[in-house]
Amino acid sequence: MKWLSDDKLNYLRAVVANPDFSSTKYTFIKELGRGGMGTVYLTEDRELNRLVAIKVLNVPQVTEDLRNRMIREAQIIARLEHPGIVPVHDVGVLPDGRVFYAMKYVRGSRLDDYAAQNGSLGDRLRKFQAVCDAVAFAHAHGVIHRDLKPQNIMIGSFGEVLVLDWGVAKILATDNTDEDGFIRIHPSNPWPHDTSAGTVIGTRDYMSPEQARGETSQLDERADVYSLGAVLHFLLKDQSKVGKAAAAICSKAMAPAKESRYSTASELSAEIGRLLDAQPVSAYQESAIEKVSRWVSKNRFLVLLVLAYLLMRIILVFTSRP
Amino acid sequence: MSKPLIGVLLGAILGLIDGLTAWFTPAVRDQLLGIVIGSTLKGIIAGVAIGFFAKKFHSLPLGIVFGLLVGAFLAWLVAFMQGGYYFEIILPGTLVGLIVGFATQKYGKPALTANT
Repeated sequence: MKWLSDDKLNYLRAVVANPDFSSTKYTFIKELGRGGMGTVYLTEDRELNRLVAIKVLNVPQVTEDLRNRMIREAQIIARLEHPGIVPVHDVGVLPDGRVFYAMKYVRGSRLDDYAAQNGSLGDRLRKFQAVCDAVAFAHAHGVIHRDLKPQNIMIGSFGEVLVLDWGVAKILATDNTDEDGFIRIHPSNPWPHDTSAGTVIGTRDYMSPEQARGETSQLDERADVYSLGAVLHFLLKDQSKVGKAAAAICSKAMAPAKESRYSTASELSAEIGRLLDAQPVSAYQESAIEKVSRWVSKNRFLVLLVLAYLLMRIILVFTSRP
Repeated sequence: MSKPLIGVLLGAILGLIDGLTAWFTPAVRDQLLGIVIGSTLKGIIAGVAIGFFAKKFHSLPLGIVFGLLVGAFLAWLVAFMQGGYYFEIILPGTLVGLIVGFATQKYGKPALTANT
């Protein structure tokens, strides 16, 4: 009697666990990662001859509610057409009944890995500003992410920034229709799968206080602003020359009371822009010396020229004396 | 603030400083007022020329070179009229032109371009 080795058994187990894409246009390549509700696989789209990432619902008990949640997640992302939000290409059902959606495969690294390899403060701030812009776009279309963290942000190989994993996103309720593509809740088309009050959704270290208390009905864009502040804090924590202005922006974004935070991600993005341009920021009141110091730092060459001129003048005064 | 205005202000300030330093030369101290006025005017003229150049041509190297030349030329004229102190007048005048040339290229509102 022949026995299979452990390696062969593990291989067979892995093959069996892989989803069956045979009835789709996708060819399985490998598993990319696992989350709470789904597993992401790298596949090849045979029709378009390109690599795509596919998220498959992967829980022991698949309920109708979970299936609808997965489809809703794909619909939310598909409506958010922005360079900073990973696009959804397709949605479907596997032969075994599991729901999946196909999205752009991002070649690059997660923000936490990227930050570990790239030390420049300016570069981190620019990447962070791009994240804020993507989130602001989602907010403008009535969607809050609710799980922003470095692990859900990808930096592509050309420096592009993409926000991933909208699995716990919340649609903000509105009664108005809008031709510009605002996602809305209509009485005849309710979203029955929104998180009930008391449920805590997200990642603890990046979660706003109101989110941690399970106040799901009170959540608005400022919950994401808090999470963005936490991401900024993560990006700044190992930097030696952060500066008081950057620290103040971080503190304001992460204010415990949401009324004290930036009211939108756009506001936070604009503030980061001012910081990058060496302009005063609203979060920090500079002293006169700090204003002068900032101006001098921004106009170093001109200041050096004027100082050189004055020095030359002094030298001429002394050398021309009889 | 427009580029010519930056040129005028900076040229005037540096020209004023230039003129005031003549106080340290006892031989010309009694002509100080005339020197200050002349030096300030020289700075303003240089600033206007360099500022309008910056409004027309957006090039930092060109702006610096133009400023240098304008500053040197005007300073030479003054030294020629004085009949002396060429080095003491032309060197700082050239540097003033360089500074104004740099500042007008780097700062100030550029001219609006018409839609075609």
